[in-house]
Amino acid sequence: MSAVTFDKVSRHFGAVRAVDGVDLDIAEGEFFAMLGPSGSGKTTCLRLIAGFERPTAGDIRIFGEPVADLPPYKRQVNTVFQDYALFPHLNVIDNVAYGLMIAGQGRKLRHNAADEALEMVRLGGFGARRPSELSGGQRQRVALARALVNKPRVLLLDEPLGALDLKLREQMQEELKTLQRQLGITFVFVTHDQGEALSMADRVAVFNDGRIIQVGAPEDIYFRPEVPFVADFVGSSNVLPAALVARLTGENCPAAIRPERLQLAEYGPIMARVTGLSFLGLTTRVSFETEGARLTALLPQDAPRPLQGDLVALNWAEGDLHLMRPKS
Amino acid sequence: MHSDRAPLTLKLAAAGGLLFLHLPILLIFVYAFTTEEKSFAWPPPGLTLKWFAVTWYRADVWEALALSVRVALISTVLALILGTLCAAAVSRTRFFGRETISLLVILPIALPGVVTGIALRSAFSIADVPFSTWTIVLGHATFCVVIVYNNAVARFRRTSGSLIEASMDLGANMFQTLRHVILPNMATALVVGGMLAFALSFDEVIVTTFTAGQQQTLPIWMLEELVRPRERPVTNVVAMVVALVTMLPILGAYYLTRGTDQVAGQGK
Repeated sequence: MSAVTFDKVSRHFGAVRAVDGVDLDIAEGEFFAMLGPSGSGKTTCLRLIAGFERPTAGDIRIFGEPVADLPPYKRQVNTVFQDYALFPHLNVIDNVAYGLMIAGQGRKLRHNAADEALEMVRLGGFGARRPSELSGGQRQRVALARALVNKPRVLLLDEPLGALDLKLREQMQEELKTLQRQLGITFVFVTHDQGEALSMADRVAVFNDGRIIQVGAPEDIYFRPEVPFVADFVGSSNVLPAALVARLTGENCPAAIRPERLQLAEYGPIMARVTGLSFLGLTTRVSFETEGARLTALLPQDAPRPLQGDLVALNWAEGDLHLMRPKS
Repeated sequence: MHSDRAPLTLKLAAAGGLLFLHLPILLIFVYAFTTEEKSFAWPPPGLTLKWFAVTWYRADVWEALALSVRVALISTVLALILGTLCAAAVSRTRFFGRETISLLVILPIALPGVVTGIALRSAFSIADVPFSTWTIVLGHATFCVVIVYNNAVARFRRTSGSLIEASMDLGANMFQTLRHVILPNMATALVVGGMLAFALSFDEVIVTTFTAGQQQTLPIWMLEELVRPRERPVTNVVAMVVALVTMLPILGAYYLTRGTDQVAGQGK
């Protein structure tokens, strides 16, 4: 069964088309990522599901039920906000128990449930603290517990890891994934970080200018981008211009190739001039210039390294060059 | 190189300034205990507590005090309701003329009291409104609303907008959100605004002289007492009481707002 479906949903703010005719089908139990640059409409889509925005046109259903007339407080979804939005006048346990308090649960029952939820996000014993006494990562967990304690059917996460430092972010990515698998709740997760989307989600929708450009499994998005925007935005693939591709393959359309799939070779279809080298640890990033295109390769540390200004041949394995044929 | 110590001349100037500001207030307090009742002679020929008793049995003092307290209370309550609603409208929504309304609300405090007073007086006489406690209250409400409004607007601005969304996301409707999230977060700002409004109303003279008719608020009563000297130190006793009554809420407001920056603004 579909957890969330969008049928030609639009949300316009005056002349701005924040969301423009989006079709979407999120399956129950799925970890779904909405990926895109800022202003691409992904957050507005999330707010449409939560009920903070009403669609200008189109039809939204949550578990088959049309939700056009349902205010946020009548939807079986909960949100983890980007700024966490913890209530500053309540301590941690009352923050987590807020939803249950509103639902009319007794003090003891709801505090027990909140304790369990805090335990689940590994914050047992933090109940008496104020949100202002917690670190960013801890606040993030409280926000998570506060949403999950209500047993939502869909959990919405708005850039939940954006404010955390790199190490904490990686740790939370793992934890979120584990939590989602344990609970079996549908997670819908907005991010502008392609690495985060690819590593966590079952499926990724790439947004640009209020539309969904491509939906698919992380591998599809990464290796088989359908348009140059996706190739470029998702981990900066090399995009070969149509003229070059026409010479190489005979097909007149742009093509994408991952930087780590480009190899230095004795002979190859492309000759390129080395314009820059930077050491990244595991790999070395090499920039090239060729026939009007700029390319990047990630060379493993044991591969022979060219020098700046060298003219080298580039090659790749069959199937690494992904043609982006225009959809008819 | 910079020295952390201030030069002696600067220290002297600062001390002089502070003395100039506060010595007269001290004098007022001292004269409340003098034995001489016609003129204020320095040094006081003797000290006595009898003026406190005299003041206690003066009906006109009690009347003026009662009126002042009543006016201040009503103006404060009015200001709390109107100021908060206005602040909510201005900071939570976007509408045509929003900036203008914001300016118009703040204007009374920028306007000289004389102008406000004359304007209200002529408006009352045109509309044929007889002077009463309520005309005084109206005059005071003009600036009390501003005080509450300013405090409330600042707090609304610092309160992360997503708190309201979070509350509704967790199942609370408008009224539950108002009761459980908005009001608790506004509480200190409203208490502070209310205290300041009360203090301002309590010692207001200028607007009151134009809108009071025959009634005397405490400050007006004091002004009258100075003109016709009779048991002069009574005025000083009252002045002392007024100073304490207005200073305490203002100091309280100051301590309440200190360090609340973190309380309402912590979103990020």
